[in-house]
Amino acid sequence: MELIRPGILFALAFAFAVASALAHDAQFAVHMALFAAVGLGLAIWTIQTSDPTGRPMPAGLDDGLYMDGPIRFGVIATVFWGVVGFLVGVVIAAQLAFPDLNVAPVLNFSRLRPLHTSAVIFAFGGNALIATSFYIVQRTTAARLFGGGLSWFVFWGYQLFIVLAATGYLMGVTQSKEYAEPEWYIDIWLTIVWVAYLVVFLGTIVKRKEPHIYVANWFFLAFIVTIAMLHVVNNLAVPVSFLGSKSYPIFSGVQDALVQWWYGHNAVGFFLTAGFLGMMYYFIPKQVERPVYSYRLSIVHFWSLIFMYIWAGPHHLHYTALPDWAQTLGMVFSVMLWMPSWGGMINGLMTLSGAWDKLRTDPVLRMLVIAVAFYGMATFEGPMMSIKAVNSLSHYTDWTIGHVHSGALGWNGMITFGAIYYLVPRLWHTNGLYSLRLVNWHFWLATIGIVLYAASMWVAGITQGLMWREYNAEGYLVYSFVETVAAMFPFYVIRVAGGLLYLIGGLLMAYNVWRTIRGEKPQALAVGTVQRGGLQAAE
Amino acid sequence: MSDIGADKGFPRVPGSEPYRGEVDQPTGTATTGHEWDGIKELNTPMPRWWLWVFYATHVFALAYIILYPSIPLLRDATTGLLGWNSRLEVAQELTAAETARAELYNQIRELPVEEIAKSDELREVAFRGGYSAFKVNCVQCHGADAAGSPGFANLQDDDWLWGGTLADIQYTIEHGVRFAGNEDTRYSEMPAFGRDGILERPDIRAVTRHVLSLSNSGPADPQGAEVYAANCSSCHGDAGEGNRELGAPRLNDAIWLYSSAPADIERQIYSPRHGAMPAWNQRLDPATIKQLTVYVHELGGGEASPEDAPSQ
Repeated sequence: MELIRPGILFALAFAFAVASALAHDAQFAVHMALFAAVGLGLAIWTIQTSDPTGRPMPAGLDDGLYMDGPIRFGVIATVFWGVVGFLVGVVIAAQLAFPDLNVAPVLNFSRLRPLHTSAVIFAFGGNALIATSFYIVQRTTAARLFGGGLSWFVFWGYQLFIVLAATGYLMGVTQSKEYAEPEWYIDIWLTIVWVAYLVVFLGTIVKRKEPHIYVANWFFLAFIVTIAMLHVVNNLAVPVSFLGSKSYPIFSGVQDALVQWWYGHNAVGFFLTAGFLGMMYYFIPKQVERPVYSYRLSIVHFWSLIFMYIWAGPHHLHYTALPDWAQTLGMVFSVMLWMPSWGGMINGLMTLSGAWDKLRTDPVLRMLVIAVAFYGMATFEGPMMSIKAVNSLSHYTDWTIGHVHSGALGWNGMITFGAIYYLVPRLWHTNGLYSLRLVNWHFWLATIGIVLYAASMWVAGITQGLMWREYNAEGYLVYSFVETVAAMFPFYVIRVAGGLLYLIGGLLMAYNVWRTIRGEKPQALAVGTVQRGGLQAAE
Repeated sequence: MSDIGADKGFPRVPGSEPYRGEVDQPTGTATTGHEWDGIKELNTPMPRWWLWVFYATHVFALAYIILYPSIPLLRDATTGLLGWNSRLEVAQELTAAETARAELYNQIRELPVEEIAKSDELREVAFRGGYSAFKVNCVQCHGADAAGSPGFANLQDDDWLWGGTLADIQYTIEHGVRFAGNEDTRYSEMPAFGRDGILERPDIRAVTRHVLSLSNSGPADPQGAEVYAANCSSCHGDAGEGNRELGAPRLNDAIWLYSSAPADIERQIYSPRHGAMPAWNQRLDPATIKQLTVYVHELGGGEASPEDAPSQ
């Protein structure tokens, strides 16, 4: 019995090794070799740690009610990928200001840009979502994670996806779909991991001991289910060969564009909005120790948000070959999305009713609250930019980039930082954080960084938009494209400065988290002990 | 939290029992009675302003859907009461722009380029139009400032490969240089003296030195002068004055298309590179080409037309 699992793993490793040897391109060979190495490593590890008596392994520290091992790893992965993603962001921002920093071909902007977006959205944001959803669903259902070791598979499988995607970008593997750049075989792997994630999450909810399902879990479930649907449909493609990395999407032309932005916009809507609202609905009430402001608002804004978001994608294709009727619907659904989005902001901010004074003394709460403030700002700006008259000025300009980053840095980043500062002392059983002063520094560095970023991109974007549409008396364009690029230089430099401040804040967080985990007054065991406990018990 | 009954926060259903659950003290609002990991929920009604703005966005959406193309049908979509569509809007804007500039633009289209250049008003208009067309079509090779780059001619100076009069410039823009798709394209090809075995290396080096000496960029070289007279002067002229009929560059002005480095000149003699330029009469309308002609001519190096300058 105990030889079946390593046997299957050996067989898989062998199959991947064969695929690597027969690969049509070097990139595919590298990735198949990576799969083979992981399979081989797992097979050996399984043999070494298997229990001849066939008993299930005790779970060490996790032997309590809740399974926190994958969450601890998830928090560390979030911090690590966050710093990596911010760093690459600063590099590509600098490349835009100073093109000589491009190092062809591996470190070109074109390859580093998807590395940045995937690192911050999927590696940093995704790990934050997986870790916090595992933490929250256990606490709010009073049930242990469903599926035994499956949550470990979700964590490590997701890291493998990140490594495949990131190394693929650097080697030039891309299907050129924004936020969906990985090729077909990486997509298939992510689908397997994501279904496992759904099984763990849904299974935990099914076996809950609380009669009701908490609002945070509605949002997490909407996020997991919708992302699965978006990912599968947008990545439908036919590989040129099952032994090569290249594939072609089954959609083409404007249909492909519409599917891509149906995906792209709902990656924002369900990954970066719904999922992070789930985090917000747990960590703000916990940190401020106050009840959620309005149950009814949470119901209405949840259902209206998930119903309307899914239709808003066409606003990315205003004034293109997309038929006018689809553009109209994309726009009006985006406008109607304004209040459903703000419902979350109201519920987040008003949960502080009766405890606003805590903002003065608690920098972690301050982080969570400013995240909600940036959320409110970005979700007003979004519907406004979807209005065609505004979009005709803002589209294709850096205003869009500024908008995305006030949401990403302000909302997703800040709420994640707050969640990490909340989680680390509790997961590692320490007496609070190593330093609240550093949290305060992080707060101000990040906030000033965002302001520099967003303000410079507003000015840059509107300048760009106005220059592009500037006509002289005879109806001729006044500026060439390259002149509008040259005009961006000062704003691009300011953006680098803003990103640098944000990166420094992230490094302070990494230091703070590290010192907290290895702190002077730890009450219980540290992270490495989780695995050692498991291994010792098996021997 | 207290346990006293209260009806705050509930829209009362007539005939129903008042809520007897927990009330949150700081806000005086009832909770829903649910609790997860210590988190409770207040039963606050939705903010009125939130609800009304939410409704207002629906009214806006409905009105917009009625006025504009919106509902997909089997074969097409509803057109909306305003009858607006994006293609129509572009067509109208283009028509309006064309009407606005029609009078002067038609003159530019009808008149020969020499006549345009003589009229102050037309020349101004053509210059601005040419400036705009240049930024779209020409900067990629000739640069935003028209100063060229290695292999691409500088248009600001008065050193012309194929001539600098209005007629010369117009012809070059219309038919291009060494452009395969145009029968009347400007064409010439310098022999590959080294690659095709016409000259030996020492001769090529010598003639390189001679070419440099023509613009006083190096010492004289008698051997090179001999080779030059036998092989090069028929196109580039005895003193390196060039020949615009053949597009043979002038060699005695220290202005270089590719490079002034001896090694580069030697390489050009050994195995010449031949630049090309598209024939723009296949892409641009005649009026735009005339405007470009005036623009390039005005950049600084434009030469007078022969009939206008009897002194030359």
